[in-house]
Amino acid sequence: MSLPRKFAAHMVGQAISLLVRFLTAVRADWQGIEPINKQRVYFANHVSNADMPMIWSCLPPSLRRNVRPVAAADYWLKNKLRAFVGPEVFNCVLVDRRPEARETGHDPMQNIFDALDAGSSLIIFPEGNRNMTEDPLLPFKAGLFNMGKARPDVDLVPTWIANVTEIMPKGEVIPLPLICTVTFGEPIHVQDGESKDAFLKRASDALVGLAPQDTRL
Amino acid sequence: MNLEMTPTTSNIFSLFLGVCGILLVLTIFGEILRARAGDNNPVVETFMTRIRSWWGMVILFALALMSGKVGIIVLFAFASFAALREFLTLTNKRRADHLSLALGFFVVLPLQYLFVGLNWQGLAAVFIPVYAFLMLPIVSALRGNSDRFLIRVAETQWALMIAVFCMSHVPALLMVEVEGYPDDRGVLLIAFLIMVVQIGDLLDFFFGRRIGKTRIIPNLSSKTWEGMAAGVLCAGLAGGLLAWMTPFGIGGAVLMAALASAVGMFGTLVFAAIKADRGVKDWSHLIPGQGGFLDQLDSVIFAAPVFYHVTMLIYG
Repeated sequence: MSLPRKFAAHMVGQAISLLVRFLTAVRADWQGIEPINKQRVYFANHVSNADMPMIWSCLPPSLRRNVRPVAAADYWLKNKLRAFVGPEVFNCVLVDRRPEARETGHDPMQNIFDALDAGSSLIIFPEGNRNMTEDPLLPFKAGLFNMGKARPDVDLVPTWIANVTEIMPKGEVIPLPLICTVTFGEPIHVQDGESKDAFLKRASDALVGLAPQDTRL
Repeated sequence: MNLEMTPTTSNIFSLFLGVCGILLVLTIFGEILRARAGDNNPVVETFMTRIRSWWGMVILFALALMSGKVGIIVLFAFASFAALREFLTLTNKRRADHLSLALGFFVVLPLQYLFVGLNWQGLAAVFIPVYAFLMLPIVSALRGNSDRFLIRVAETQWALMIAVFCMSHVPALLMVEVEGYPDDRGVLLIAFLIMVVQIGDLLDFFFGRRIGKTRIIPNLSSKTWEGMAAGVLCAGLAGGLLAWMTPFGIGGAVLMAALASAVGMFGTLVFAAIKADRGVKDWSHLIPGQGGFLDQLDSVIFAAPVFYHVTMLIYG
């Protein structure tokens, strides 16, 4: 990436984080971890396209430099603007969800393992898709388990994003400036001999456990 | 900015120096406490965070004063924005309200401050209580979700009344016209209102701890009748000392300050009930050490419309 392009990506990143902070006053609540630079996989609930910029913006700059969101290649490579914002501004790890678009024999998890081996932290949305249901979470995909099993030293941090459904419901154009809180819980790891389903259930429970009580009607 | 020193600018300047002096004394006091108590005493650290936030607010307010009436109006428009955001974060809403809420933030709020800035007093007085009150529920109803409809529109209207309508009465004091009171002294009237209300709150807290016995609303707020009486009394005394900022004369300034302070304290109780209902301790975490904008401004928000209308009624 050329220097002016790098600079532009940095400035756009700053602008996005400033806008997100101005609109939603996004706040990080470090319940289970400290905001220090340690390799982590932040796994979060997913209801809106604003989720990823929200987590990204509330991380302190020193952590943000080392974090890479895992995102869908079919979404972020759709046009030139997205191809700039996704891979260059957010430094996304792109994964293709469509089997037919992958080269034969290429494991989509490989890009993720490469990023982890390079020392990056990751942001992932283990539900795979945006949750449009009334349930708090969709069933998790296997990716989180595979990461935890292959790289057992990395902390898997449950990350609950509150309020984004109201800020930017699907199909709306204007975001509402409501306050968003991102809660980071205690890290979990895949235990010896733990089955995929048992782990995913535990991870999902840990994430839902962070959701604030809503007393509204 | 007009560099010529009119009586008003020199008054603003000495007021600014006075407030900075008080904050400086408090900062030094805090540093001495910190040196005695060690680095990690939570009470001292809370005190210092609060003083730091106060410095921030005073500097922001001074910058707004220097840029004139527009600066003050823009400052309070942003304060309204922050307050409305805190309030609407906790209200009931459905997707069907998305457009009406967006209109509240991006159309109603700026228009209200525009009307205040243009001194269209009639429109500023009815815009939110009449037009927003009727129009926003129409917008919500057209989207066709009747689930908890009355609760949703009522809470949205309450948010706009408190965070925008009531708050906009603070900068509206810029436009108050009183016989024998120069036009440019409106900024001093704003500073008067905010200072007496905040001094009353501070001393209510202080005396409440010392001599407070009878809780006004047990299990909801720690406010006591004794603390409130002492706070209102002190606000009145402060009002008398600051009477030179107002058109009221000394006796009038004492009464106006006590009235504003008393209304403000009951306003704090109303907000305590709302927070308890929604299960939160503070409205947000935007101001370090003091919670959100609404936590800081609740008393001023309640006092402002009353202060404004009594001023207009008796002195206008």
